[in-house]
Amino acid sequence: MDEFCGWCGKSTGEGEHGACASRLGLVDPPRFCSACARRMVVQVTPAGWSARCSRHGESTSEQATD
Amino acid sequence: MTAAPQTAAADTDPRDVLSIAREQVLERGEGLSEEQVLRVLQLPEDRLEELLALAHEVRMRWCGPEVEVEGIVSLKTGGCPEDCHFCSQSGQFPSPVRSAWLDIPGLVRAAKQTAATGATEFCIVAAVRGPDKRLLSQVRSGIEAIRAEPETSDINIACSLGMLTQDQVDELADMGVHRYNHNLETAKSHFPEVVTTHSWEERWDTLRMVRDAGMEVCCGGIIGMGETLAQRAEFAVQLAALEPDEVPLNFLIPNPGTPYENYPVVEGVEALRTVAAFRLALPRTILRFAGGRELTFGDLGAKQGMLGGINAIIVGNYLTNLGRPAVQDLEMLDELSMPIKALNQTL
Repeated sequence: MDEFCGWCGKSTGEGEHGACASRLGLVDPPRFCSACARRMVVQVTPAGWSARCSRHGESTSEQATD
Repeated sequence: MTAAPQTAAADTDPRDVLSIAREQVLERGEGLSEEQVLRVLQLPEDRLEELLALAHEVRMRWCGPEVEVEGIVSLKTGGCPEDCHFCSQSGQFPSPVRSAWLDIPGLVRAAKQTAATGATEFCIVAAVRGPDKRLLSQVRSGIEAIRAEPETSDINIACSLGMLTQDQVDELADMGVHRYNHNLETAKSHFPEVVTTHSWEERWDTLRMVRDAGMEVCCGGIIGMGETLAQRAEFAVQLAALEPDEVPLNFLIPNPGTPYENYPVVEGVEALRTVAAFRLALPRTILRFAGGRELTFGDLGAKQGMLGGINAIIVGNYLTNLGRPAVQDLEMLDELSMPIKALNQTL
């Protein structure tokens, strides 16, 4: 279970994140690290995305769809 | 010159605007006037099917069945000094988008991903007011690297790097840039509500220099930024006056942290009516589905748009937002029996 929402950066245990999940599934890559809520450096490419957290390293669209 | 009296007469023509469009746009290839575009935008929903069918006929008559496919990538993301209110890459708003630079190997990979879809266009984009020497050097190196790869050696390369000086226009033309994108974004009368750090006229000046240098002009905008229907009509006609080779139509994605984060998503019917109206204002122009169509239309609406005046698409992801997987759009084109424009048709 992710501790933080990748779209809004808030705790997944607080509030409603249905709209966040919709945006993540449709038009947005994650912008916040799910482990620490740091803003990530995100690169979108025609076929995917990569997101780098300064503390927790890189995640990619390939990993997200595994 | 007889165009002005004809247009004035058409504006006051009591006939149905679609009857006028059939004769004026479909038969003669003359785009609608501002007043006529507004009448199209005000058509009731029960005329939508008829409108889309006419826009499709116009597209087929004046552009043909081919669809131009393009991929885009952000070379320099975020940290832009401008205040375009729709943009998550402005450094003036508390957007979650952080600055990033794509290196040359990454740029080449993006070009290969684009070429693999059958696309003929690959657009390199940077979030800047205008390019500095470092950025232009990076673009030159990137283009050379793309040209050196067999999979991407002949893809058309477009750029979108903000406002240009004449020297920069000449430098990009010298690099072999095929097309330059610089969106006017919205009607001239609405632009000051959207951007305050530069003017509509500054953008127009860049577009004129691009045209004069022999590059193709790509200029469109975003629907759903609080403009009125009259301003949408104004924008369509202002674009027509520019005579761009391509018009990308985006629909606002209300991005968090931007002044427009709480704006509503444009409704599908309204968006389809807008697509068709722009086609009737721009009968011969490449009209491209760009960002926001996933939120506005969903899967079904994308197909309706392709049958309502659109003849080009951006496949895959956008700059900071995601798009549909390219394969979905390619399957849609196949299903619609719309061939992808081949590279040799663009030369």
